[in-house]
Amino acid sequence: MSASTTASSNSSISGSADPLTKDGQPLKRSLARALRREKLRALFLIAPLLIFILISFVLPIGDMLFRSVENKIVEDTLPGTVRALASWDADSGELPDEAVFAALADDMMLAQEVKIHTRLGSRLNYDQPGISSVFRKSGRKIKALDNETAQAGFIAIDPAWDTPDAWTALRSMAAWPGKFAATAQSWKNWEAWYLSEEKEALDPTTTVPHGFTYAALYHDLASMPASDITALANSKNTTAVALFKQLAGKIDTIGNDDFKAQFADIDKGWADIDNWQAIQRLSPRIVDSYFLAAIDAERTSEGIEQKPDNERLYLKLFVRTIFMSLIITGSCILLGYPVAYLLANLSVRASNMVLILVLLPFWTSLLVRTSAWKVLLQQQGVINDLLVWAGVINEAGRLVMINNMTGTIIAMTHILLPFMILPLFSVMKTISPTYMRAAKSMGASDSLAFWRVYFPNTVPGIGAGSILVFILSIGYYITPELVGGTTGVFISNRIAYHISSSLNWGLAAALGSILLILVLALYWTYDRIVGIDNVKLG
Amino acid sequence: MSALPAYASTGQRIWHYTFRYVICGFILFFLIAPILTIIPLSFNAEDFFTFTPAMLSLSPEGYSLKHYHDFFTNGDWQQALKNSFLIAPAATVLSTALGTLAAIGLSQSHVPFRRAIMAILISPMIVPLIISAAGMYFFYSRIGLQGTYWGVVLAHAALGTPFVIITVTATMVGFDRSLTRAAASMGADPVTTFFKVQMPLIIPGVVSGALFAFITSFDEVVVVLFLGSAGQKTLPWQMFTGLREQISPTILAVATIMVAISIVLLSVLEMLRRRSERLRGLSPS
Amino acid sequence: MKIIYGLTGAFALSAVALAASAADELPACENCVDELTIVSWGGAYSNSQIEAYSKPYSALTGVEIINDESSNEAVPKLRAMNEANNVTWDVVDVVASDAIRLCDEGLAMEIDADEQLAAAPDGTPASEDFGDLLVSDCFIPQIVYSTTFGYRTDVEAWGDNTPEDVCAVFDTATFPGKRALEKRPINNMEWALICDGVAKDDVYDVLSTDEGVTQALDKLATIKDDVIWWSAGAETPQLLADGEAVIGSTYNGRLFSVIEEQKQPVAMLWDAQVFDLDGWIIPEGLSEERKNRALHYIKFATDTQRLADQSKYISYGPARKSSAPLVGQHAELGIDMAPHMPTDPANATNTFLYNYEWWADNRDDLDAKFQSWLAQ
Repeated sequence: MSASTTASSNSSISGSADPLTKDGQPLKRSLARALRREKLRALFLIAPLLIFILISFVLPIGDMLFRSVENKIVEDTLPGTVRALASWDADSGELPDEAVFAALADDMMLAQEVKIHTRLGSRLNYDQPGISSVFRKSGRKIKALDNETAQAGFIAIDPAWDTPDAWTALRSMAAWPGKFAATAQSWKNWEAWYLSEEKEALDPTTTVPHGFTYAALYHDLASMPASDITALANSKNTTAVALFKQLAGKIDTIGNDDFKAQFADIDKGWADIDNWQAIQRLSPRIVDSYFLAAIDAERTSEGIEQKPDNERLYLKLFVRTIFMSLIITGSCILLGYPVAYLLANLSVRASNMVLILVLLPFWTSLLVRTSAWKVLLQQQGVINDLLVWAGVINEAGRLVMINNMTGTIIAMTHILLPFMILPLFSVMKTISPTYMRAAKSMGASDSLAFWRVYFPNTVPGIGAGSILVFILSIGYYITPELVGGTTGVFISNRIAYHISSSLNWGLAAALGSILLILVLALYWTYDRIVGIDNVKLG
Repeated sequence: MSALPAYASTGQRIWHYTFRYVICGFILFFLIAPILTIIPLSFNAEDFFTFTPAMLSLSPEGYSLKHYHDFFTNGDWQQALKNSFLIAPAATVLSTALGTLAAIGLSQSHVPFRRAIMAILISPMIVPLIISAAGMYFFYSRIGLQGTYWGVVLAHAALGTPFVIITVTATMVGFDRSLTRAAASMGADPVTTFFKVQMPLIIPGVVSGALFAFITSFDEVVVVLFLGSAGQKTLPWQMFTGLREQISPTILAVATIMVAISIVLLSVLEMLRRRSERLRGLSPS
Repeated sequence: MKIIYGLTGAFALSAVALAASAADELPACENCVDELTIVSWGGAYSNSQIEAYSKPYSALTGVEIINDESSNEAVPKLRAMNEANNVTWDVVDVVASDAIRLCDEGLAMEIDADEQLAAAPDGTPASEDFGDLLVSDCFIPQIVYSTTFGYRTDVEAWGDNTPEDVCAVFDTATFPGKRALEKRPINNMEWALICDGVAKDDVYDVLSTDEGVTQALDKLATIKDDVIWWSAGAETPQLLADGEAVIGSTYNGRLFSVIEEQKQPVAMLWDAQVFDLDGWIIPEGLSEERKNRALHYIKFATDTQRLADQSKYISYGPARKSSAPLVGQHAELGIDMAPHMPTDPANATNTFLYNYEWWADNRDDLDAKFQSWLAQ
């Protein structure tokens, strides 16, 4: 742990005029060099492990924990929709306008082609229950959407819109993609869709896009002031000039499939403002929604709020996890100290026999020991049977010692006890018995000698053991899962659930990050307040 | 307390014996109670973790060796046992070697960024196992280590190092640095100093650290469930499947065998130690 | 497990016989790898699959089959494999709700039942033979299992009463003692509502409202102090055998094993059993050769005869209608398996249809509420 003597400084050296060493070097420089050499040697010793841990552990975990804020799936799946939705006022009480639905149709067309729409649905479902079936049901029906009205409208104005040349010209304009954000996005979707459907890259000189892209172009043009269209008609590109001259003043005649109504027909979820608010809220690539969920809060239209009472869970579990870990650490100290003391003070022969007893449980699988505690502690179990037999309790008064907090504390104390005993023992072994003898010879009573002389020397052992036990217990989940019932489970059990069952890795990562920060903070405080070295000197 | 002096008062005597036989006896009993439970249960004639009436009345019908038979004849268990003994020692050697070196480095007086380095090095212990498992699984899959022997060994070694660091640094706190200086002043090079002076003193820490590292790997189920594939199925994995799919006292039989092996092993070590002591002319204290 | 070991020798013979009879029906696999990694649950269930599907398949094709027992971790592992672009599994056994999740996540490939699977012997296309059980485009059902209750038959405090219906679980006055229930909302919420007077058909409508959730939790609260919550299917049999619980829910196959194989004083309560499905998925992202092999295996392993064969080793109902008449006797105990199938008409008089779609939408939300309720 914080075992070094960093505090021991070399301040005494500075200040006076530079003395010289024997070979004529200034002492300061010579010392500095020695210091540097020592630092290098220390780093050289640490480096192999540091590199190993960084690569094999920290990197993967960092990657995992980053998922607690990462949220690029929404924008990646619905790029056009996210862009169009940015300007929607979520509090207006109205559904987003037709341009958003057109973009949605376009994005969903691609998403269902590459089969990622349901994945987005399950992601959104974590924050908006019910939305996953909206996406699932929409998938197949998207292909049947009417989408060619806008295309027909353009062609009616100028048959040239049915040629690849028109699109090549449009895409080579200076105003592309700036003025045609929706169309440009739709064109990208079209290219991706084509690649996926036809298994080859799109050749823009031979094909025109599908109806959704015309619809996007219509919405881009419809949202432009007339002056912009006039400006486009005066650009340098001759083909484009011809196209836009034709269009000027006729945009309104192009028409549009009513995507809003069509989506409402596919699933009424698309006509639900709550769903749209959720999509807009979760549009950013970095979100805090997982962290909010991890502290039982949520973002509503009024800002961040605590969830209703019957949905709060995680704060309670965090508090319980820390509380129970402290109790477990405390019981390990209480039970471990006497045994370690006994071990350190018996003859080598006897202490080795006791050590075997301490190590035996260690060789027994955690799963087996946990099962054994079930057999011992349950209401029809061995201990209750013995107590009934001895007449201490009656048949009806069998004790409930498992599937609750007691069960977890007993089983975990048992499992972690060797982690307390062994460090304590190895520290106690280094304490020379002469200290105690000296104290007693100077008149100290047994208990005074113990508390003033022996005990302070064992504090590093208690420190090391406590840190081990506390940190290990805070992250356990298999034992609490098996014996903890409902009141004896830890936050890790929920993390495990979200990793392996609900697939809500973002929330799992957020809970894990909070747990990690808590542990680090506790460790830091512990180091600051108790500061193993200082206690030893005091 | 090693030996009660002849002049000890009655109070001291009472305390001495209460401490030694009542308090420590109780704690030691607490430690081995689960083991005392599983041994008879492993001879259960039924497929449950239950003391049946036949067992309690000591009737021979209540007992059977069938779970031992299952363990020795079932290829799954044999393979799992073999895998465990291939993985755990390799992980232990790796984490003990790297961990001891780093602990020695960390206990030097001037280590830059000591706190940060320490936090990184003990992080495998702090991060909840399930997060570690998923994170490593994801990463190891990408670099092709998932489902390989070395993937599991590296992961277990990473999980084991914090124990080595913590136990070794704890013994280093009490280490008197003037000893190495004395050795150096008498002309010993750093390597000799390390092996002749430092090592013998920190060896208890290294041993208990190595033990923790071994157990971490030997008893680890979450990470191996993720990182291993069919070829790396260890004992805990097999036990875990057993507990989940169909409770069978075979896992108790396995545990009993493990306990028996470790008793034999530890006793042999103890005997060897006494023998060498006698040979060196040291009487056992 | 014991059953299977006794069997292996005897069954090798019948596997060969089967192989002979199926050989002409099984077309060669074109452009396929010769190795197959199958992921399943382990224990007796895996063994039943190995005996009924894998051994005959290996005998016919010479393909080497690797069995991985990772189904419990299948969902997160498949996701990580998919993200790492390194899918090492070919065929994975999962429960239906996981299959839906995997399909939603794009981690399992869609399988066209009529095109990829064998028709029934009478020519009925696979999609009709499986019928409603094809609950997801990615999922080939294999067995129907049910989550139902077993109770001890020797509880003194019950007097002459025996539990007749599922509401006995909520009747602590007549049937005192501990109950074992699964530590998740699924099934428990439905049973609670049914026993609180909600009609079976209305259960999910009621559960869709906040009041309905509260109603279900309030009903569960009446027995909360008497419940031991389990999370692994093997726990209830152990609790029943110990007498630690007097009535408890688990999968019907586990109860069959307790009652028929272990001869414990336990009986089965088939009332309001909740049907669920277990079956195969093929991961998305396999190479062409591996995908072909996986499909070839699935086609063989889910044909009418193979599904019926599996019921010799475990008491779960085959998912094809055409397999039902072929269900025979237990391979070792020699008892008729049909009466032990959850699908048997005598057992299925009052069943409950689990709504996959509804749970896929509401599972996360209800789970949060349920766990919060548990922690109170």
